[in-house]
Amino acid sequence: MARLQPAAVTAAPPPAGGSRPPPGGSGPVAWMRANLFSSFWNSVATVVTLALLAWIVPKVLGWMILDASWGAGGVAQCDAVRGQGACWTVVREKFRFMLFGVYPFEQQWRPAVAVAVLCALLVVSALRRFWNRWLVLIWIVGTSTTFWLMAGGLGLPPVRSEQWGGLPVTLILAIFGIAFAFPLGILLALGRRSQLPIVRAFSVIYIEVVRGVPLITVLFMASVMFALFVPEGMRIDQLLRAQIAIILFVAAYLAEAVRGGLQAVPKGQYEAAEALGLSYWQATGLIVMPQALKISIPAIVNSFISLFKDTSLVVIIAIYDFAYAVKKSVETDFAWKKYFIEAFLFSILVYWIFCFAMSKYSQWLERELARGDRH
Amino acid sequence: MFGSERQRGILYQVLLLAIVVGVGWYLVSNTLHNLSSRQIQVGFGFLGKEAGFEIAEKHIAYEASDSYGRAFLVGMVNTLLVAALGIVVATVLGTLLGVARLSSNWLIARLASAYVEVMRNVPLLLQLFVWYGLFTELLPGVREAIDVGGWLFISQRGFRFAWPAPHAAWAACGWALLAGVALAAAWARLASRHQAATGVRRPTGLPTLALVVGLPVLAWAAYGAPTAVEVPVLEGFDFQGGRVVSPEFMALLIGLSTYTAAFIAEVVRAGILAVPRGQGEAAMALGLTPGQRLRLITLPQALRVIIPPMTSQYLNLTKNSSLAVAIGYPDLVAVANTTMNQTGQAIEAIAILMAVYLTISLLISLLMNAYNNRVRLVER
Repeated sequence: MARLQPAAVTAAPPPAGGSRPPPGGSGPVAWMRANLFSSFWNSVATVVTLALLAWIVPKVLGWMILDASWGAGGVAQCDAVRGQGACWTVVREKFRFMLFGVYPFEQQWRPAVAVAVLCALLVVSALRRFWNRWLVLIWIVGTSTTFWLMAGGLGLPPVRSEQWGGLPVTLILAIFGIAFAFPLGILLALGRRSQLPIVRAFSVIYIEVVRGVPLITVLFMASVMFALFVPEGMRIDQLLRAQIAIILFVAAYLAEAVRGGLQAVPKGQYEAAEALGLSYWQATGLIVMPQALKISIPAIVNSFISLFKDTSLVVIIAIYDFAYAVKKSVETDFAWKKYFIEAFLFSILVYWIFCFAMSKYSQWLERELARGDRH
Repeated sequence: MFGSERQRGILYQVLLLAIVVGVGWYLVSNTLHNLSSRQIQVGFGFLGKEAGFEIAEKHIAYEASDSYGRAFLVGMVNTLLVAALGIVVATVLGTLLGVARLSSNWLIARLASAYVEVMRNVPLLLQLFVWYGLFTELLPGVREAIDVGGWLFISQRGFRFAWPAPHAAWAACGWALLAGVALAAAWARLASRHQAATGVRRPTGLPTLALVVGLPVLAWAAYGAPTAVEVPVLEGFDFQGGRVVSPEFMALLIGLSTYTAAFIAEVVRAGILAVPRGQGEAAMALGLTPGQRLRLITLPQALRVIIPPMTSQYLNLTKNSSLAVAIGYPDLVAVANTTMNQTGQAIEAIAILMAVYLTISLLISLLMNAYNNRVRLVER
């Protein structure tokens, strides 16, 4: 019955300066104790990791920044620090070619503006206040402006698509790809859930076959077999062929993203729409699809991120996207060839900035949409 | 006229069928016309003809005088090899990273999440280029190869390491290993059945070790315990003897597994987070050790969540192994590409490619579904 003893007998007299805070309060020391040294093995792991970092980080920083060649002094400047520091001079030297490929040099303001337009299009699409009918119009205006800037006409000197290259091509392949795959993906998703056996069978076969093969085989098909599909004498340019292949490929993945949304719409919604006397297309367009699309937005954004990375595969069929322009910029110049790693690191940084921003956006959006549902 | 929904349904389907058949007929007739005007024979007869090109890496016998069909087989074995090894490495690495991301150690959790954020937001192709560049450009030439204890030589030509000299004992060893694994699995089944019936747990750890390690050692000893080892020796322009792993293979394997590991880490993390905290606490209250808690309580429940997305990561890795063609590893796509260029049989080559990848995808899905059915929650 120890508990019933009077407090004065067991408790020590309170310290003079008032009671002390309990151990493990706030402050950096407490934080470190809780997060870095909470147990023996945790402390060992922390010390070992810190030692490794102390060994690696200075080396990496030294190579990448302190001992690197940043100036415009040509190959000689890089050769001087070869082995100790990175050669960022190669990026400086080949910058225009990496970004715009073989686009006519004095016209390169056009792809630059096109990149800005396409990035603006992405930003506008990311803002929820533009998620309405106007978005379709904005996309039509944005994509046609891009096409006009790149191809010319209407006052601008024409540039053939064989001369397009670099970052705008990557953005075009990804953004035009998702824009045109979107309606196709929605139709396929509806087809897969349709009651009509032939429609459903066609959708299932299309989606599963496309998702079962690598993008490269589809690109090969576009690059090698397309010429056989069309009547003799008709030529479709390489970029358009790759674009069509990408659209057909992405549509299958988008269809699955949208199908996920369709499945999450409660059955009562379908039934209520039917009870109101709406036809299939009215019910789909007005009731089901808006809800399904909202649910599948994070999945669609993730498909877009994959697509953005996957566009780099067109390198294999020799299309001048950003990755290929970077590769070519060092490969074709013997003097700079040995600094290819720096060139690739630059392209990795550019891809990473785009994809990281989009994936952070997608994570934020997922939380944001989930919060909306809880209300 | 088409008032009822049923009639409209039939109309839609007839329309779709007409469009598919029409477009298909148009494409096929164009293709046949184009092929005949280019004098290309349709059909798979070319598979029996002499290929005439060498393949740098092969795990089944092949020479340039063998047929295209044989070349495709060599490519397929190469694809399967890199995909299978990649799946194993990516799973181990990804699981470690996924657990590390949930570590209570702030530093380790942060490093793991930095790894994930960097790797999965960069195109795999560029990562492969960098790995390949590191292996071919930054490593020393064959004459200045890095010598690791005389057993391993690292140079631009790849990793050449010592390997036991061919002997009948090694084949026996392999069979004994297979038999040991099968027997150990059978013993584990018996033991768990015994435990279910009587509640008494029979030991499985030591018998498994004895069967899996002991049997091969016995077989090796029974065949005269050969100890001869082929050590790589520099002769002329290259090493002779031992085995070699090419820089292409290394770059592809490391690139594929480090990239996919980032995705697997996320899958594993989500799976572990999906197990309610109460489960671990209840296990602790029952007095299970941390190891038992992980093995008997957390993992079986996490696996249910993990397996479906893990399957699609395995499929992605297998499909991504087709990027081998970009760095010159002779996988199925590379062989098909060479064949297309030599024979002009583009349609057949691409059809084979697609059929093989579809089959592999289907097989992996079937295997993983079977496994999923075994660990699935059995509802009353």
